[in-house]
Amino acid sequence: MSSSAGANGAPVKSTGLHVGEPAPGVKKVDPIIVADGIKRQFGGLTAVDVEHLEIPRGAITALIGPNGAGKTTLFNLLTGFDKPNEGTWTFDGQSISGVPAFRVARKGQVRTFQLTKALGLLTVLDNMKLGAKGQSGESLARALFPWFWRKEEQEIEARAIDLLTRFKLDAKKDDYAASLSGGQRKLLEMARALMSQPTLVMLDEPMAGVNPALTQSLLDHILDLKKEGMTVLFVEHDMHMVRHIADWVVVMAEGRVVAEGDPHEVMANPAVIDAYLGSHHDQDLGDPDTGVVTAIKELADDDADESKH
Amino acid sequence: MIDWLLLFSNAAQEIISPTTAAYALAALGLAVHFGFTGLLNFGQAGFMALGAYGYAIATLTFGWPVWGAVLFGIVASIVFALILGVPTLRLRADYLAIVTIAAAEILRLLFTTNTFEPVTGSANGLQGYKGGFEDLNPIPAGTYGFGPWVYNEYDWWVRIFGWGLVALAALITWRLMKSPWGRVIKGIREDEDAVRALGKNVYFYKMQSLIIGGVFGSLAGMIFILPRAVVPSNYQTSLTFFIYAILLLGGAATVLGPILGSVVFWVLLSFFSGFVARAVEAGWLPFMSSVQAGQLRFILVGVAIMLIVIYRPQGILGNKKELAFVK
Amino acid sequence: MAHAASSPPARKARRLVVSLFATVFAALSLSLASPAAADEVGLDEYDFRIFGIVELDDAPLEDVRLVITGSGFEVEVETDAEGRWAVGVPDKADYNVTLDEESLPEGIAVIDEEDETPNVREVTVGQSGSTVANFFIGEGERNTVSYVDQVLDRVFNGLNFGLLLALAAIGLSLIFGTTGLSNFAHAEMITFGGLMTLLFGVFLDVPIWLAIPIALVLSGLFGWANDAAIWKPLRRRGVGLIPLMIVSIGLSLAVRYVYQYFIGGGTSQLPGATDTTNSVGLFGLTWVDVASMAVSVVVLLGVAYFLLGTRIGKATRAVSDNPALAAASGIDVDRVIRIVWIMSGALAGLSGILWAYFRPGVSWDMGFQILLLTFAAVTLGGLGTAFGALVGSLVVGMFVEISTLWIPSDMKYVGALVILIIVLLIRPQGILGRRERIG
Ligand SMILES: Nc1ncnc2c1ncn2[C@@H]1O[C@H](COP(=O)(O)OP(=O)(O)OP(=O)(O)O)[C@@H](O)[C@H]1O
Ligand SMILES: [Mg+2]
Repeated sequence: MSSSAGANGAPVKSTGLHVGEPAPGVKKVDPIIVADGIKRQFGGLTAVDVEHLEIPRGAITALIGPNGAGKTTLFNLLTGFDKPNEGTWTFDGQSISGVPAFRVARKGQVRTFQLTKALGLLTVLDNMKLGAKGQSGESLARALFPWFWRKEEQEIEARAIDLLTRFKLDAKKDDYAASLSGGQRKLLEMARALMSQPTLVMLDEPMAGVNPALTQSLLDHILDLKKEGMTVLFVEHDMHMVRHIADWVVVMAEGRVVAEGDPHEVMANPAVIDAYLGSHHDQDLGDPDTGVVTAIKELADDDADESKH
Repeated sequence: MIDWLLLFSNAAQEIISPTTAAYALAALGLAVHFGFTGLLNFGQAGFMALGAYGYAIATLTFGWPVWGAVLFGIVASIVFALILGVPTLRLRADYLAIVTIAAAEILRLLFTTNTFEPVTGSANGLQGYKGGFEDLNPIPAGTYGFGPWVYNEYDWWVRIFGWGLVALAALITWRLMKSPWGRVIKGIREDEDAVRALGKNVYFYKMQSLIIGGVFGSLAGMIFILPRAVVPSNYQTSLTFFIYAILLLGGAATVLGPILGSVVFWVLLSFFSGFVARAVEAGWLPFMSSVQAGQLRFILVGVAIMLIVIYRPQGILGNKKELAFVK
Repeated sequence: MAHAASSPPARKARRLVVSLFATVFAALSLSLASPAAADEVGLDEYDFRIFGIVELDDAPLEDVRLVITGSGFEVEVETDAEGRWAVGVPDKADYNVTLDEESLPEGIAVIDEEDETPNVREVTVGQSGSTVANFFIGEGERNTVSYVDQVLDRVFNGLNFGLLLALAAIGLSLIFGTTGLSNFAHAEMITFGGLMTLLFGVFLDVPIWLAIPIALVLSGLFGWANDAAIWKPLRRRGVGLIPLMIVSIGLSLAVRYVYQYFIGGGTSQLPGATDTTNSVGLFGLTWVDVASMAVSVVVLLGVAYFLLGTRIGKATRAVSDNPALAAASGIDVDRVIRIVWIMSGALAGLSGILWAYFRPGVSWDMGFQILLLTFAAVTLGGLGTAFGALVGSLVVGMFVEISTLWIPSDMKYVGALVILIIVLLIRPQGILGRRERIG
């Protein structure tokens, strides 16, 4: 299933996603999400302040930024789990600002959570079945009469077992989800999200806390999603992984989008280094000295490579 | 000396008593709320009061037939569930607890106040609503039964009707919880945000659950008043706590647990209170008056609630792994 | 909760100017007076009679109109210069006597808190062939000046009640903030303060100025004991918050009936609680009321200083905010929680003592009566914020008392609970609370 990787292990990247120079808020050829003027404040703190953002369709986009940059908050806003102070956004051309979370999910924009939400006291299989959309047995009136939904239930179960097999969880299907390991729960949550056959999957730190042995298989899953025509937006702190699979990278710091571009260009962007080293460092250094910045950047990249080995 | 036979016979009577049935049904409603959906409803006494008063008022004030009165009680509890649910089901679980307990108290105070005396009978409550139910009794007059369970035709009719309702409600709950609907409900108990992220209208499901459990509570309130009068002081918060004790005893996330819990609870309580009362009379407990002996049962229930939650949170029938407590 | 302690008789007696005559006395005065003096209707025609006298502060009210109906019969009468009236009626039966409030002087009304329509009385003409119908006449709602007085009276009562509620609510809120426990047994900590004062001040005859401090110390110890014996071990076991809450319900039930086991179901008074003679002469306040408010305010200021000004208070707030972070930054969380329990116990005990003076009386379930209001206050203010609890308590206290101006007093808790539900509808996180984060 890791067939999406090229001969030498490097995945095939999508290119030509944007129109014009890559800068924060750059237009995309075929955006799936278009957000405008989104602002979210917690008391005095502005957690998210995004002027314009487009997420390209059919590609893997990484959302990166230091801790507290507002990535999760932006996820919450885009998926209807939180309400912004101002701003509008569309999904697939339809406005979904202010639409409740469950409707957003029904439209095909499904998310996972940074803190995994496995439904502990349901079996793994039940977790999966819950993901399927539009089940007639989920209506109260029909629930009482199994002959209305028995066939559908069998189909869903077959699909769930198929997905579980792909995620190597099929042996666990009758266990309570609470008994899974942290990494397995991440996998389960992702697989469950896929049960709804979404058009856009939003993964909040899918690799966090996952055993390195599992990360490769997770990466492969994410690449598989793209091959199946899904759009992926994911938050990740591990720069190496971002460079490995992302077609496009959006960098947030202190609530704003500070840079956008393909993974290699973005890593070379001084604004990104600013973001990671602290916002005031350019003032401290006076005029940004490109030499110094490049050195820092290289250091950062080396660190990332280092940690890989 | 203590008449042990009488004690055992009294305790045995509790097994099929309509009060046991009423508590079982109310606890089953609470199982739907708390055990399966994770809703902290502390106002089950309010739902029971609505069933009891709804039935009695529809009969006495409106002069409706039995089926109309039952329907009225059910509709009243549905409206109550909607009023409770609309503001609170979007909030954190502990807010629902406080709002439901408050709402049940509001109901009790409204039933107790002198302002509505002509309809509610205020503190004295209502009686004389049983005629219609008696007329439906298919059992010919006479005394039937064996052993400790010998009753007249009305008492049997009340028991058959009450336990019939319990059985029906248990069947419905069992079917529902095995269906995809039940899966969503249990998912909500585990983590409602996760279920929401999967495209389920969590609010709607919680409302349905609140209504179903509330209707069970309301029907339980009707069974409860068949062997007695409607008195507002019966519907205090401690009624809800007793039902919680039963639910926890039997197993919160099970269908048969609440029923078994109710039987065990009442048999033990009857035996224990009977024993203490007789022991006081016989002079075995010289430091205790008979009034004090009556209070001992409440102390016992309180201690039992604590011990069950701490040492056997899954109850008698619950699966250790599937205990209802998550957070 | 809320077995509706209706307004105590002492207070009512103070507010109302009662002109109720015993039947014998009224009959006597009627027989002594010349028949012409009373405005009489139909006394000669009929054998049976209803009569009465309308007075305010012993001053007769003239030309007050009354309508007597019943038994298919209706008659009107007006009082004479001495406030007297009498009518003849045809049967020994039940009659309604309605006093027309429009005919009373400005600012005067018929008042009876227990009665929705105090200006209508039901009387029965029985064996004796005659009966009396008199009314509670007082400075009524229609007078703007005395209405203000009434409002002020209620406001001060509400303030007093709100402050004593705040003492309990802050403890409840601090416990919730630091341990996550919604402690239903807080009610029993409130009762404990009243009980201990009763034990020492009345049963053991310790002077009250000594009995109260003893009770407070014991209440603090009781709080500590609660934590040490039950909650700390349960925290160690890692029992979840909802099970903990249910344990507290069991504890509340058990302890409450243990109280009843020992003191019975009645109400006992603390020294000075029913003494209404020592009035301050202002808005119907007594010195006990004033002292109660003063103590509450001083203690609340002390709590505020503790939370804002002392190291351990700041640590308490840090633990409330984020226990894991606080522990990581070197705060001794266990110590903070212990102190919170001792403090909450003492505050709840004090609240119980003041509540015993406010109701007035000590009873086995007195804490349980205000538990729900305490929860309402804490929820209103925002769960887990101490200052929110104070604001919430004042809102609840004021609302409960002031609403009795419009709704029957046996429904006064209904209003507060309805407000709770409405506030949650508008501002789910409470008045001063914060929203939870998701994901
Ligand atoms: N419910 C909330 N209440 C108050 N502040 C919040 C809330 N949610 C988020 N914040 C604040 O908003 C900022 C952004 O948080 P967010 O969780 O979006 O960061 P993030 O980019 O996801 O960080 P990380 O990489 O660590 O997950 C942080 O400063 C956080 O403290
Ligand atoms: Mg995050």
